[in-house]
Amino acid sequence: MSILITPQTKILVQGITGAFGAKHAQLSLDYGTQLVAGVTPGKGGQFFEHAGHKVPIFNSVHEAAAITGATVSVIFVPPPFAGDAILECVDAGLDLAVCITEGIPIKDMVRVKRAITGKKTRLIGPNCPGLVTPGTGDRSNGGCRIGIAPGYIHRKGHVGVVSRSGTLTYEAVFQITSKGLGQSTSVGIGGDPVNGTSHLDVIKLFNEDPDTKGIILIGEIGGSAEVEAARWIKANCTKPVAGFIAGATAPAGRRMGHAGAIVGGAEDTAAAKIAVFQECGIEVAATPTDMADALLRAAAKKGVSLA
Amino acid sequence: MNIHEYQAKTLFEKYGVPVPKGAAAKTAEEFATALASLPEGPTMVKSQIHAGGRGKGTFIDGYKGGVKFCKTKADAFEIAGKMLGNTLVTIQTGPAGRKVQTVYFTVASDIKKEYYLAVLLDRASSRPVIVASTEGGVEIEKVAHETPEKITKVLIDPAYGVADFQLRQLIAALELTGNEAKNAAKLIKNLYTMFWETDAAMVEVNPLITTPTGDVLALDAKVSFDSNALYRHPEIVALRDLNEEDPKEIEASKYDLAYIALDGNIACLVNGAGLAMSTMDIIKHYGGNPANFLDVGGGASKEKVIAAFKIILGDANVKGIFVNIFGGIMDCNVIAEGIVEAVKEVGLKLPLVVRLEGNNVAKGKETLANSGLALVSGDTMADAAQKMVKLVA
Repeated sequence: MSILITPQTKILVQGITGAFGAKHAQLSLDYGTQLVAGVTPGKGGQFFEHAGHKVPIFNSVHEAAAITGATVSVIFVPPPFAGDAILECVDAGLDLAVCITEGIPIKDMVRVKRAITGKKTRLIGPNCPGLVTPGTGDRSNGGCRIGIAPGYIHRKGHVGVVSRSGTLTYEAVFQITSKGLGQSTSVGIGGDPVNGTSHLDVIKLFNEDPDTKGIILIGEIGGSAEVEAARWIKANCTKPVAGFIAGATAPAGRRMGHAGAIVGGAEDTAAAKIAVFQECGIEVAATPTDMADALLRAAAKKGVSLA
Repeated sequence: MNIHEYQAKTLFEKYGVPVPKGAAAKTAEEFATALASLPEGPTMVKSQIHAGGRGKGTFIDGYKGGVKFCKTKADAFEIAGKMLGNTLVTIQTGPAGRKVQTVYFTVASDIKKEYYLAVLLDRASSRPVIVASTEGGVEIEKVAHETPEKITKVLIDPAYGVADFQLRQLIAALELTGNEAKNAAKLIKNLYTMFWETDAAMVEVNPLITTPTGDVLALDAKVSFDSNALYRHPEIVALRDLNEEDPKEIEASKYDLAYIALDGNIACLVNGAGLAMSTMDIIKHYGGNPANFLDVGGGASKEKVIAAFKIILGDANVKGIFVNIFGGIMDCNVIAEGIVEAVKEVGLKLPLVVRLEGNNVAKGKETLANSGLALVSGDTMADAAQKMVKLVA
């Protein structure tokens, strides 16, 4: 199994006719993902064609979901319109909305978060790479690739990966695959200060997933989400967990590329988060290159096989 | 994006947040006009730079204090002359300090008591939060650490804004009554409206003061804005002061590159903020010192990579360049072509270590190998970082 999505999950793409959305829709189709619809207001009735695929485009998420049975949307629309795109998914009652868009005003996300509280739809992102549940084919083909992660670095297996940062997710995934292991699902929750799904939300899902045998938790300076997840792991999670925190050398008070990576105060440093990880029994990776090895050490300590 | 105190106070006035009467001057010729707009009597002179700790700062010529109380306007005129054009060093500016290009004159208010007030985002709840304390005019971090019970935080529901009962909570926390309570409630409500309508990231008033006549005033103002929302606020973009920013960071922002100068000698060119931060970390881990944070982001064009190289090489401290790319969005071959072109264009003589992985990596590595450039390849981040540190040692 996997979390959130399976190779059978049907997805739609909001913003499929933009250059960025189109490129990644093509890559997902190549990966074998059940990409069944596109949504671009005003372009309903047209088709998105790629390598023998003919994906219908609809004017609204409601219409696309009703006709194709898509339950998940991936959002590539520009920042000024992205909040609205998320709300449309929620209104259409989708299971999951994955927002890739980077640069959404914080106020828009504050409003969206308020509006979707208590609703059925789960939001992942924004400013995230999306998620991948690898398939069984060559280089994990046949899996469900939602977003912008490279599919081919995955391999079907039993490690769950959760991270704010896209590229660090790929590092972890690649290391796991290079060791002959694989992933149940890799999830990038995004680097923005206001996002839909937290580290802890994903950790809980991995903990419940019988097919996930070990977890890599990747965090950054900024906020307290990693600390919250670590404390929960200490109390509730029996699976081996490895952790990495980026930003040990980031100067205080400076924004490092995305809004999530800003150092707030004394409690909010990489060193403080790493100390909490250690205290909570999480095996800490000393460098990003050490992430898969750290998980193997954690698994060995618990006598768990990740294969 | 940050703005100056005098700009923030203009915004405050527009939103009905009372401030002491003031006027800014950018040249010595403007001193007289600025001071003429203020009443006779005690006057403050305040250096305008984007950094805290101005009052306790020292100018590089030894003159002490970037914020001064003057008994008369004539004194203020003279003191302003010592500040303008001078370079002020505070705990937040670093040793190089910041050149004072604007001074701000204000009426020196009679202070009955100082308070602290701020509006910002509470990440845990994804809501705006109003922070208030009876301990104003001091470092709020210290208050939070030593006497956290003296800080009150009220979360605001973005769908409704500040409710009256929340204003009462805040007023009670500030221990205000009568006219002061009424004035403070109005001020807090207006401050929140400004925060919300302008897409501010943070609005901080330290100190907020009461006066013997029952007025409540924002004596200082620190305001920053969400850069993602600037597209819908041209009036705020107009307040940007490029003098306050690192020229390399300004150049980088033209190409949509996230660059932050640091004080080491190994320049980094990385995609993704998380990877860029951990690239700095791993350099440090192996005994080196990063010269910068640089995230070329997703979908970087060849032009972007060339621009990134030029910005990196604009830093005279740089002794080596570490390129670390894991291409998810990015095509490694685009990076490789960018590197080759950039190196040829700038005539790079410094050691270059490249670690490429991801999308189209085979082609990217081929492009690098066929380029004839003297670069070192690293297989993993750890491998590449160690090679880099050794090369600059």
